[in-house]
Amino acid sequence: MKIGPKEVEYVAKLAQLAITEEEKRLFIGQLNSILEYVEQLNLLDTENVEPTAHVVSSLEPSQSLRRDEPRSTFTQDESLANGPATGAGYFKVPKVIADR
Amino acid sequence: MDLKELSIEKVRALLESGEATAVEICKSYLESIERQNMDIKAFLTTNQSAIEQAARIDQMKQTGQPLPALAAVPLAIKDNISVRGLRCTCASRILENYSALYHATVIERLEAAGAIFLGKTNLDEFAMGSSTENSAFSPTRNPHALEYVPGGSSGGSAAAVASGMAMAALGSDTGGSIRQPASFCGVVGLKPTYGRVSRYGLVAFGSSLDQIGPFATNAKDVARILGVIAGKDAHDSTSVAVDVPDYLAGIDTPIKGTKVGLPREYFKAGIAADVNERIQAGLRLLGELGCDLVEIDLPHTEYAIACYYVIAMAEASSNLARFDGVRYGLRVHGDGNLTGMYRETRDAGFGNEVKRRIILGTFVLSSGYYDAYYLRAQKVRTLIKQDFDKAFSKVDVILSPTSPTPPFRIGEKSNDPLAMYLSDIFTITANLAGIPGLSIPCGKTPKGLPIGLQLLGSHFDEPRLLRVAHAFESAGGFSP
Repeated sequence: MKIGPKEVEYVAKLAQLAITEEEKRLFIGQLNSILEYVEQLNLLDTENVEPTAHVVSSLEPSQSLRRDEPRSTFTQDESLANGPATGAGYFKVPKVIADR
Repeated sequence: MDLKELSIEKVRALLESGEATAVEICKSYLESIERQNMDIKAFLTTNQSAIEQAARIDQMKQTGQPLPALAAVPLAIKDNISVRGLRCTCASRILENYSALYHATVIERLEAAGAIFLGKTNLDEFAMGSSTENSAFSPTRNPHALEYVPGGSSGGSAAAVASGMAMAALGSDTGGSIRQPASFCGVVGLKPTYGRVSRYGLVAFGSSLDQIGPFATNAKDVARILGVIAGKDAHDSTSVAVDVPDYLAGIDTPIKGTKVGLPREYFKAGIAADVNERIQAGLRLLGELGCDLVEIDLPHTEYAIACYYVIAMAEASSNLARFDGVRYGLRVHGDGNLTGMYRETRDAGFGNEVKRRIILGTFVLSSGYYDAYYLRAQKVRTLIKQDFDKAFSKVDVILSPTSPTPPFRIGEKSNDPLAMYLSDIFTITANLAGIPGLSIPCGKTPKGLPIGLQLLGSHFDEPRLLRVAHAFESAGGFSP
């Protein structure tokens, strides 16, 4: 078994996901069977193979990026329009710095 | 007006002769949605301003302006593609109330070409799935038999076209999400070459795999829509600056002498008898049209699913990090601190398949595992791509079933994610290699469920795929 309860908790924490005990049990079984399946990639010799990132273009990133020039995109009001909590031109979040 | 018989060409003729106005055409489709959507559940949102879009086309005609290429063509848009002012939910609770601020580039181009947007269609949450059962809102049903899935993830778009609720549609394809539902619903669906169509405004899932493409009832309509949406876009650095050909020019050219490759690995085993029978009939028809059928090898096929899921899940976990309850979408307060808010929001907002993929994706990218999983998968991806490069030095197109099975019943596979992944074997390789893939109908099972035939081409060879599809269609191959 690659993944036990501790690993699922650790990875869920990295991914900022709260998961219930029931989900944890369900995922442990499913994730292990998927990982076991994926192990077959180790059967191939990939020592001298280059990894593929972009399948079509071999351009350097700098050749396919636009010039970095200021442009107008969205107004402040538009940018805030979908925010779940906003005020005074900002997105509001729970307090980040603890009280002394 | 029989909506299932309409095509872009016929709509244009109706408009030009004055037999119908754009508003009348648009209204017929909205009524069709009104009548059928409660059963099929293809649309999540209908567009209240569709009639206004149509009225603008009628006004252009009245004032003698030339009509654009897709004037009054009513389209359904998968709900992970942004249309300004409409909800863009990705069929997820986390984006249930999110409204798009801008048009995706494909929408911008289609609007300029006169197309009308009827509404946004259902999908597996964030396009993760092969049945549209993973929608947070409701599964979509197959218009050919309501107790069956329409395929996925673009099941809503495929079902909308198959039921005459839209003339054509857009979907997205990360591992078969256009081609497999096209196959299950008996319509034509194209995944273009990676980089052919801008992904700006598409909610990202697997960024090195995702591509937007069209659904329609015939090859010419797919060609017409592709011609409008294809091309380099400054907003998407992965879009490629390769000239966009006229996809209609030469579509009628006979296909005699086309070399059709049949991968031994794909035909080995595991294809349902009903599917195999229709594919063999399709092969006979292509033989009659003068194609040469050639056996080929794609030796790394057996590693494709493992390779695909490592890459797709890793990229998904990274892309979905942006949903944190701060700037848009759902927020759940949790215990009152910032991390608690992130975690509770994501727990409440994401469904099980999405969480599973985020966890697995985070695991394979985590410290100590990156080389063993993600990097290795990217190297295997190179080997799979090289298989195709070699094959296309011998043949013009590669043929396979789109899916090894006909449509399955709703609920049949939903408890076994691995079984669901394994059914993607014929479609995922095109995303890994970045090549175009087209699914076309090739008849039905004795129960009346559609079967699809997949054609794969080399990079940017969409014109040839469309030519073969059109010849097959004209020879009666879609409904033998």
